[in-house]
Amino acid sequence: MSALEEALPASPTRAAFGKLLACEARLAWREPIGLVYGLAIPVVLLVVFGAIPSAHKHEAQLGGLTVFAVYVPILIAFCIGMLALFSLPRALVTYRELGILRRLSTTPLPPSWVLAAQLAINFVLALWALIILVVVGVAAFGAAAPKSPAGFVLAFLLSVAALFAMGLWVAAVARSASAANVMAGALFFPLIFFAGLWYPQQYMPAALRDVGQLTPLGASVQALQNATQGHFPPAEPLLVMAAYAVVFALLAWRSFRWE
Amino acid sequence: MDRQASTKESRTATDAKAGGEAGPALVVAHLRKTYPGTVAVDDVSFTVAEGEIFGILGPNGAGKTTTVECVIGLRTPDSGSIRIMALDPHVDRAQVHAIVGAQLQTSALQPKLRVAEILDLYRSFYRDPADVGELLDALGLREKRSAYYKSLSGGQKQRLSLALALVGRPKIAVLDEMTTGLDPQARRDTWELIEGVRDRGVTVVLVTHYMDEAERLCDRVALVDEGRIVALETPTALAEQAGGGKRVRFVPTQPFDDRLLTELPEVTSLERRGHHVLVNGTGDLVNTVILTLAGAGVTANEVDVQSATLEDAFVRLTGRHLHEGDEVTTG
Repeated sequence: MSALEEALPASPTRAAFGKLLACEARLAWREPIGLVYGLAIPVVLLVVFGAIPSAHKHEAQLGGLTVFAVYVPILIAFCIGMLALFSLPRALVTYRELGILRRLSTTPLPPSWVLAAQLAINFVLALWALIILVVVGVAAFGAAAPKSPAGFVLAFLLSVAALFAMGLWVAAVARSASAANVMAGALFFPLIFFAGLWYPQQYMPAALRDVGQLTPLGASVQALQNATQGHFPPAEPLLVMAAYAVVFALLAWRSFRWE
Repeated sequence: MDRQASTKESRTATDAKAGGEAGPALVVAHLRKTYPGTVAVDDVSFTVAEGEIFGILGPNGAGKTTTVECVIGLRTPDSGSIRIMALDPHVDRAQVHAIVGAQLQTSALQPKLRVAEILDLYRSFYRDPADVGELLDALGLREKRSAYYKSLSGGQKQRLSLALALVGRPKIAVLDEMTTGLDPQARRDTWELIEGVRDRGVTVVLVTHYMDEAERLCDRVALVDEGRIVALETPTALAEQAGGGKRVRFVPTQPFDDRLLTELPEVTSLERRGHHVLVNGTGDLVNTVILTLAGAGVTANEVDVQSATLEDAFVRLTGRHLHEGDEVTTG
């Protein structure tokens, strides 16, 4: 897709992108993989954690935080990881596998717009997940609201950038929807382990924690937790996420095939 | 790119455009496309006039689809040039896609979008699109407008695919096997639709392996075999080329030796299919055959005389049947 092509008078209008977004939104609702795994499941997990009384005890080993407070950012990372690695590539790989991208590439619509629409839909889902998790956590279970909103938003955006870039890379190299699922699983479960889903980072041995903070979701949780407690996140996790975003976006861009 | 060929063709097309007269809708010159181990298209050249229905006819694997995929810019040729209304599909992609409506063999749509949603989406890609209601009526999809794509039958998917090729009011429609998977009534309805589209000035490039379709619709037909055009003529002229074209079919009352007929100068070939004997030849074939048989004490029953068809032309030109090794493709 060259810039020239998009500037030509024959190229379709903003209305076409609106229609495309509307169709992608309908599909996100009718085939709710992202909605269920990226939004509903984490919210249910949040409610389950919130309902356990011992999750609200302040733990010295967690630096005085409650288990619940520690899990809010972990569940945000869970949402972003699910949407980025399962929902996003699944749609793109399916479109390529079924020949939908091929069909679209015989119309004036640039195929890159399909990619843009998918990114937009999954970004909106991630944003909803963030808002629901924070609002439910604060309003229903008394978690502390992020004390550094700017740091929190930045941490969220960088997490999305890093993970969505990995998702695009999966979409670029996976030949079929089932291959994309296998790749997504192979990435998601180690990453969410380092994010602390089974074992929060604070309980991990120092060596394991250090490794975890070099992974995108480990860095994401670290940055989100810092921002929640009122510190602007340190440079290290932010740079780790930015690096993943750049490297995987480049890899995806180099290997992406429309057919 | 084949520089010499492309320069010549593009100059012709540009001159015609600058002169204000209607140039050819499509010019393909010395097109060549290879895949590892095979030459799919080998030095194919043809010109399609505006408002013409041009057929590309040949067996599966002849290079028909590769040719049209190069024409609409889905594949990059190894050499040769293509000009659609003086535009190069590999350079002026967006402009070409705005004036060409394509129906592809191997493509699907989002399984969980509804028919009307898909048409509405594709409609938004074009400047002056067709009316969705009219298209739904013309293709008999009105009562399926709220159905999911995945719930459509093969024939309905095929008709929707045709609707999408026409929704942008294209100047050229490129239709690859448009009636494959349709029942006979739907095929005839589709033919009428295509004639209507042509009557509105649209140029149609039709890929098919059905002779009746080509004979009914096409102004001219390119017979393609093994990546090459073996003949390019009107359907009638092609049939006549097949040897003045006569065929007699009959059921003999008693066995006879083939040589009785094959030694006649009028007879070019003889074939037996069950009880039937098929004799191809020229001149006063019918009388000669019947008199010769009578002389040997054989009566020909159920005599049926046919003129040669495109199929005969194809067999004669390539020595093979059009439907040899054919497989059914759907969607």
